[in-house]
Amino acid sequence: MAELKVTDLGVGRGGLPLLRGLSFTLSPGQALMLRGANGIGKTTLLRTVAGLQRPEAGQVKVTDEALAFSGHSDGVKATMTVTENLSFWAAVFGQSGIEDALLDMDLLALAERPARDLSAGQRRRLGLARLLVTGRPIWLLDEPTVSLDVASATLFETVLSKHLGQGGSALISSHLNIKGMTDVLTLTPYRATIETLTDASLGLGDAW
Amino acid sequence: MIRLFLRDLALSVRAGGGFGLALAFFLIIVTLVPFSIGPDPQLLARIAPGVLWLGALLACLLSLDRLFALDFEDGTLDLLATAPLPLEGVVAAKSLAHWITTGLPLTVAAPLFGVLLGLPGEAAVWLVVSLALGTPALSFIGGFGAALTVGLKRGGLLLSLLVLPLYVPTLIFGAEAASRGLAGLNAATPLALLSGITLASLALLPFVSAAALRANLR
Repeated sequence: MAELKVTDLGVGRGGLPLLRGLSFTLSPGQALMLRGANGIGKTTLLRTVAGLQRPEAGQVKVTDEALAFSGHSDGVKATMTVTENLSFWAAVFGQSGIEDALLDMDLLALAERPARDLSAGQRRRLGLARLLVTGRPIWLLDEPTVSLDVASATLFETVLSKHLGQGGSALISSHLNIKGMTDVLTLTPYRATIETLTDASLGLGDAW
Repeated sequence: MIRLFLRDLALSVRAGGGFGLALAFFLIIVTLVPFSIGPDPQLLARIAPGVLWLGALLACLLSLDRLFALDFEDGTLDLLATAPLPLEGVVAAKSLAHWITTGLPLTVAAPLFGVLLGLPGEAAVWLVVSLALGTPALSFIGGFGAALTVGLKRGGLLLSLLVLPLYVPTLIFGAEAASRGLAGLNAATPLALLSGITLASLALLPFVSAAALRANLR
């Protein structure tokens, strides 16, 4: 199964070092919440793990083709319908069948609607449905619950726990509580501490 | 990759995609020339290949800044970069889609627009051949410029400044081939050089553009 192992990682943005000495392992079935003030480097950490940025120090080890990244923007094309958007990403990731994803994120009624006519929350639901059609086990989520209402957030929690139950894992940056997610990695300048440890394999290396 | 290519084609013909815009711009430039130069048919026919090539080049430039910028703004580029597609393939597919929606229509319409400038029929054949061989290079070189400027707001002007000098060899050999065709001379040499530029652009620039995109996504 896919495992994400981060060793002594240092990340920075625009030449400014943000985090140093970050080590953790994310095993199948685990989700790790990233917490920290604005600008602390949550997004930068996620982008580095996703391979969009080079680490300034240390390394990220991950099973090939295991990551699915979801950023602040959903990568939704306004002139394409929900179905077209989703089947494009399914095709890119070599998957077929988007019905389950539509069903899971409650998008069936909106399937033929052009994405420009979606509300912010509906568009986010489409962005999260994209994760389901990638078929990738490790999700990197940057503020996934932004603009979701309570019902949709619950929907997302259900999808997430189903994903974890199937041996998937997730690294999530969010300042809101997501039900059932108890492993929290709190980021402070140059430092990181794990508040809650539910699994011994989720260990943190020496931080400085 | 094929899906990405088809998606780009679909996006460009939908609202706000800019399909037809290049063609309309091309038509306007060609129509304006007789007004600015004067209605002397012989003079117009002589400068027609150059004007049509210049028009094609500017029309091509018009839609280039959207090539990656739109995908960058809505986050698609981040997702594509983390998708199983090689970024080089993404660049190639998008540049090819750009050519299909701008270069190809311009090539097909060029003889028609040549009539507006009094271009004789036999010369129009050479014009079409030179455009068909040369415009793919315009899209791929332009893709490189677009990849370099992707993170910039209002990078369109900088893009033009970067890309236009790189278009010079294509323009020289393309217009030369068309003029030689008009004068009834052998156009094989400029056409061969033009094809060389195009093939080199197709082979090399996707790698350069992908490297530029990676640097800009960081």
